[in-house]
Amino acid sequence: MSGSNPISESAVATVVSTALASIAQAQDLAALKAVRQSTVGEQSEISQLNASLKSIDPEFKAAAGALIGKARGEINAAFAVREAELAAIEEQAKLAAETVDVTAVVTRVPFGARHPLSLLQDQISDVFIGMGWEIAEGPELEHEWFNFDALNFDADHPARAMQDTFFVEPVESHLVLRTHTSPVQVRSLLERDLPVYVLCPGRVFRTDELDATHTPVFHQVEGLAIDKGLTMADLRGTLEHFARIMFGEEAKIRLRPSFFPFTEPSAELDVWHPGAKGGARWVEWGGCGMVNPNVLLAAGIDPEVYQGFAFGMGIERTLMFRNDVRDMHDMVEADVRFSQQFGVNL
Amino acid sequence: MRVPLSWLAEYVDLAGDATPDSVMAELVKVGLEEEGSHRFAVTGPVVVGQVLEFTPEEQTNGKTIRWCQVRVAPEGSTAADGGADVRGIVCGASNFEVGDKVVVCLPGATLPGDFHIAARSTYGHISDGMMASARELELSDDHAGIIRLNQMGLDPKVGSDALELLHLDDSAAEVNVTPDRGYCFSIRGIAREFAHATGADFRDPKGNAVLNHGEGFSLTFDDQNPIRDRAGMQRMVLRSVMNIDPNLPTPPFMISRLKLAGMRSISLAVDITNYVMLELGQPTHAYDLDKLKGGITVRRAKQGETLKTLDGQVRKLDIEDLLICDDSGPIGLAGVMGGESTEVDSTTRNVLIESANFDPISIARSARRHKLTSEASKRFERGVDPMMADNAAARVVQLLEVHAKGEGNILGAEYKQLAQIDPIFLPTGYAESVVGIEFGADEEARILGEIGCVVATVDGGFEVIRPSWRPDITHKTDLVEEIARIGGYDRIPARLPVAPPGRGLTLNQKRRRQAITALVGSGHTEVLTYPFLSAVQNSWFAESADAPSVRLANAMQEDSAEMRKSILPGLIDAAKRNLSRGLVDLAIFEEGSVFTPSKKVSAGSALPLGNVRPDEDQLNTLYSEIPLQPKHLAVLLTGSRVPHQVGQKEVAANYQDAINSVLIVANSVAAELTIRQAHRAGFHPGRCAEFVSVDGSVIAVAGELNPALALENDLPRRVAVAEIDMTALYQAAPSSISAQPIGIMPAATQDLSLVVDRGVSAFELQQAIVEGAGDLLEHIALTDDYRGENVEPTKKSLTFALRFRAQDRTLTQVEASEARDAGVAQAAAKFGAVIRA
Repeated sequence: MSGSNPISESAVATVVSTALASIAQAQDLAALKAVRQSTVGEQSEISQLNASLKSIDPEFKAAAGALIGKARGEINAAFAVREAELAAIEEQAKLAAETVDVTAVVTRVPFGARHPLSLLQDQISDVFIGMGWEIAEGPELEHEWFNFDALNFDADHPARAMQDTFFVEPVESHLVLRTHTSPVQVRSLLERDLPVYVLCPGRVFRTDELDATHTPVFHQVEGLAIDKGLTMADLRGTLEHFARIMFGEEAKIRLRPSFFPFTEPSAELDVWHPGAKGGARWVEWGGCGMVNPNVLLAAGIDPEVYQGFAFGMGIERTLMFRNDVRDMHDMVEADVRFSQQFGVNL
Repeated sequence: MRVPLSWLAEYVDLAGDATPDSVMAELVKVGLEEEGSHRFAVTGPVVVGQVLEFTPEEQTNGKTIRWCQVRVAPEGSTAADGGADVRGIVCGASNFEVGDKVVVCLPGATLPGDFHIAARSTYGHISDGMMASARELELSDDHAGIIRLNQMGLDPKVGSDALELLHLDDSAAEVNVTPDRGYCFSIRGIAREFAHATGADFRDPKGNAVLNHGEGFSLTFDDQNPIRDRAGMQRMVLRSVMNIDPNLPTPPFMISRLKLAGMRSISLAVDITNYVMLELGQPTHAYDLDKLKGGITVRRAKQGETLKTLDGQVRKLDIEDLLICDDSGPIGLAGVMGGESTEVDSTTRNVLIESANFDPISIARSARRHKLTSEASKRFERGVDPMMADNAAARVVQLLEVHAKGEGNILGAEYKQLAQIDPIFLPTGYAESVVGIEFGADEEARILGEIGCVVATVDGGFEVIRPSWRPDITHKTDLVEEIARIGGYDRIPARLPVAPPGRGLTLNQKRRRQAITALVGSGHTEVLTYPFLSAVQNSWFAESADAPSVRLANAMQEDSAEMRKSILPGLIDAAKRNLSRGLVDLAIFEEGSVFTPSKKVSAGSALPLGNVRPDEDQLNTLYSEIPLQPKHLAVLLTGSRVPHQVGQKEVAANYQDAINSVLIVANSVAAELTIRQAHRAGFHPGRCAEFVSVDGSVIAVAGELNPALALENDLPRRVAVAEIDMTALYQAAPSSISAQPIGIMPAATQDLSLVVDRGVSAFELQQAIVEGAGDLLEHIALTDDYRGENVEPTKKSLTFALRFRAQDRTLTQVEASEARDAGVAQAAAKFGAVIRA
């Protein structure tokens, strides 16, 4: 053994501490990048020490190499830590600079909206779909036979004249704008297999001048159930279920004797509306009854075997008292604000 | 029907504190819906006064007033308003004399029109009240002078309550009478129903008078043209009353009741016939016997005959019209309105009373034909009790004797050929099987008896003969309704029936919802418009000028008599209204029916019977006579699609938005449509696209509204519109989607710019690339349309972004380029496309 290791521990320690100091001094990533050359670059002290390894006594080589390797590891680690620190600081500053006023809301896609009359028909349909019923449809321009004759409206009966019907030119065409959704009852009975449980929503027409509570074009929803053994109790049960879904668990219904050519017995239908503006109250809602045997006969059904019930109500009227719409004009004028206040809700 | 309460109380017990509201609350239980209440608008101190003296005073305006001293309370006592017993009153009328008893409205009284009486200074006097005319009290239209109570045969105590004297303290309930219940157009019918509702005893007013014997008047019924095999008349009773005093006034109770019932007082004889009609439901008519020429014949009109009715109109008669005639010809339209030539007037001494029962259908048709609805026709159309003809005639005779001092005369006649009423079999348990209430035979029989039926127990049920006033009862279910209605609908239990398993919404019902939801989700607002258009509006989008339209025979307005063939004119109207309200950014749509007859609407075949299923041929004929009514969906956009806002320039709505709307709807039902340039009525000739299904049908059209049409409708020049035939779209849509495997190998993307003639359709060019590139091309999108420098003026450069992928391997750039070049080759072959240098 002669002499000592020319690469002393203290010399390496000095190199390390110098390097660590300059790394710590770097205040941003750009400065740190510059420091990289002087601390671990080819010209750095640690690299020079490393280069001197090849000229030293082999007997010291291993120890010196280990010493330098450890030092380099320390420097690299400090570099990485500092780099992460500075990156985090810079990212934070960048994010701070990117702050915007998120309350300055912009519209990418404008909001659309349903017309509540159309939405209400869909929602009522869903109530009955849920009960296993199906949705039946028919034409708005209808043959008089479906609109009247098949529904037990005699050609000369005052009830027929009372319907305020729109007739098509020439009147001998026997075409009318349907005055109710009831012709769909007849179509359903003619076209479907028994038993029949259908709901018929749709547009109907009467020659009423537009005012706060009337419109010549309006909508109805009509229900029809024909089966064996149906009674007015089934009618009441169905209507109560429907009313509770539309107006809440507290809702109930009341039947009052009335007259419709296509039902016998017939009833006016009131609903107890718990959420009515100004307090819970009875509201006239529609008409109903047991389907007149003559209607069944018109569809070729034996009324001694099958019987059932029908009911109908105005969609406009329902929307008016359910959602507190005060004036019919709002529903028919196509002002977008009317639909938009509902959006896709009722 | 309006029901004066004092009248009702004559025939059924009414609580002393009954009000119109309390009466209506009872009647609604048996099916007579409340319509409202009616009262006289006179309140406060209105008393009987006596004119003590008056001084005529001529005024500078040429008018002479009378300054009167009127006693309004017995001497020395206080008047009803707390004031003196004699008042000074200025009166403009001059029809009275000293000593006359008059109606004095004292200060504090209120007259119709919210006219408050107070002591006021006028014509140089303090007028301390008002002497009323009949019109001021709303008793009649008579404004010729003030009411003279002594002229009305009254001699009331001075100072007594004149409201009570004139029955102005009565009130009426009004109920809605459904068309099956004609008998309720009478106090008799309402009293009966009130008895059903409350259990009170009913006293039938038919017992008020008994008809005297009548003979000697000639009456012939000759129906040569029965309608629907029904004789025009079942019964007619004629009776005469002689020597009536035409100057006698109608008694106050009658005036009051007529008025509350909604009828005017006209003259004593006419008032009596109206009074009896209201009481019994039986219309009657009074002829001036001295104006009649010979006997009465009831027959159908002859071709070309005319009649001048009481309202002064000359009416051309139809051979279906049933007439009352004398030797001079027609003197009345039976059951509708009398004729002028035999009208009772102020000189009439002798009258002939007609009380008849006419066929409802005959009367309904005549009333409709002549647009002449009268109180009589309203009752006959709904059916009048044929048993009431004699009672009504007797009652008219009686009232004429009492109030007009006439003498009932033997001169009269009767025709009677009543239709037989067949019994109805009501099986045991049938009512329960319909209503769901276990009534029991006793209750059923009791209720049917109460409403006037004759009930006989037979094997298995009842045999029921309906009452004569209920022609609406023809079937056992009608009996069931009576049992349920009187038994009480409140007793019906609730039971929820279980429907067989349903299939949910149909495919097209779901598609409709998907389309609407998609449009709403992409910022469109649903509106609804009326389907009534003018012929001009209907022509805007019509492809052919002679395409037929459906036209209404009785449109509400002449300029909206056609049914829409397109939804767009309605949306244009809607846009116009929104714009006028300051709502300028619109993206609106409507889904609904349009009416597109394939040929001109013409007379149809005869209507099949109502209560028999038509055979298949008849049904097919019915269906085929109904014009096509496909569902359409139309969209209109104007103003900003995206508004100017923070960090965002305005994006104005244009034709591309309309095209986009169509694609949103098509995508919502997975329909694949191709787009092509088109020329369509109503559209900008250079900005109109048609969408076509695989089978070549045109499904939709979209583009810019013809600017001239936009301006004509006060809309901005640029309005984007689209209309989709939803019925056709559904046919073009797949009923289900078959999945493609999702490739997970890396994709290769390339951009491609092709130069083509400007007339080449971008869509078709893209399709050519797709065809050529083959299966490796997964996705293609048009990203730019460049025209300008470095591209020839007649050409354009279209840039596409392409994405290639293989299912089984990583695609090399070389493979991707080969596929792209194949696409370019196809584009070159079809459209002469070259890659942009």
